[in-house]
Amino acid sequence: MKIAIPVDNESMEANVSVSFGRSTYFLIYETDNQKFEYFKNEAANSQGGAGIKAAQFLVDANIDILLTPRCGENAANVFSETNIKLYQTRGTSIPYNLNAYLGGELMQLKEIGASLKHVG
Amino acid sequence: MLDRNIKIAILSGKGGTGKTLLAVNLATVSGNCDYLDCDVEEPNGFLFFKPKNVSEEVVTVKIPNVDQGLCDGCRICVNDCRYNALFYINHKLKILPEMCHSCGVCSYVCPQNAISEQDKAIGKIVKGEKGDINVITGMLNVKEHTGIPIIKKMFANNKASDRLSFIDCAPGSSCMAMECIKEADYCIIVSEPTLFGAANLEMVYELVQIFEKPCGVIINKNTDCENDTEKYCANNKINIISRIAFDHDLGKLNSKGLIVAEINDKYHQMFDKILKDVLREIDDETITCS
Repeated sequence: MKIAIPVDNESMEANVSVSFGRSTYFLIYETDNQKFEYFKNEAANSQGGAGIKAAQFLVDANIDILLTPRCGENAANVFSETNIKLYQTRGTSIPYNLNAYLGGELMQLKEIGASLKHVG
Repeated sequence: MLDRNIKIAILSGKGGTGKTLLAVNLATVSGNCDYLDCDVEEPNGFLFFKPKNVSEEVVTVKIPNVDQGLCDGCRICVNDCRYNALFYINHKLKILPEMCHSCGVCSYVCPQNAISEQDKAIGKIVKGEKGDINVITGMLNVKEHTGIPIIKKMFANNKASDRLSFIDCAPGSSCMAMECIKEADYCIIVSEPTLFGAANLEMVYELVQIFEKPCGVIINKNTDCENDTEKYCANNKINIISRIAFDHDLGKLNSKGLIVAEINDKYHQMFDKILKDVLREIDDETITCS
């Protein structure tokens, strides 16, 4: 199983990113071989629709689970076409949230926020 | 006096300063003119004019339409879309129409010719008459990201007009306000005598400067106190065309959807003077520039 988290930096000590689509990196943790890998989020500097591009990247990376503080409408549209499940992070600690998810303590993300896209 | 189609844009840094009050009343005292409500997200000038002989025109933009049978999943369109309006999942190309900016690049780059363009309605232009005033209102559908195509269409439709136009603009300094400034011969920035008013005036004034348009300020809801809007105008040598005093009666009448210049001679004279001052300014500008 592959779990993704938007994170601010390439480190376990980094924070979970406050934004999904515009986070700097994605951490992908593979439970089968306990491997961690960081990917630069190429969508971060998109003019618009960063969430869509970021979601496309994670879909292509074959993730099963996304742990994120929030998710915009556009990204949710992409995920709704897949079996990827979204869970809401608590606080900013990466190890805490991974353990909390694996321990069944995180709740599925229910509220899909309006995206923070630039208008005009 | 003026013998060509002069466009006066009425702008403000924030909502509720009095753009529509100004635009509607200036059009009323002028007569024989066009009133264009380009605040397409929340047009309200028509509520004052209650126009007759109303007709509607739907405004459309182009969005992509995919032939899944021809699409081979190369993703060139997904990667080239600057607005990320396309994604590819489960061997299918998907489109998010509300993200699309109608640039046409996806259909242009597709090697399989799998993408064609189709019309999508984003809003409408409603035309009506109030006496000799043409009341033209742009209306953007809810959830659409930009009213620019509607505003462009309104100006294109109005190109042949040889009358004075009053453009009621979108608040702030967004693309939609900018689109109106580009078309304007003269800009009136409506402000308030508060710190907030001055800060918002600054944003719009800077935008007007970029397009090198002549402009003046009208301070609405004015009081006798010293204020930051006055200071900002003095420091930047901006002409204050008029100061409309804070006036409960005016506010009450206006909030009932009444055109104050139509029902009260005092207000008629006030807006008539503002219009004359603005037209004199434009005349002076034209002489200086020619």
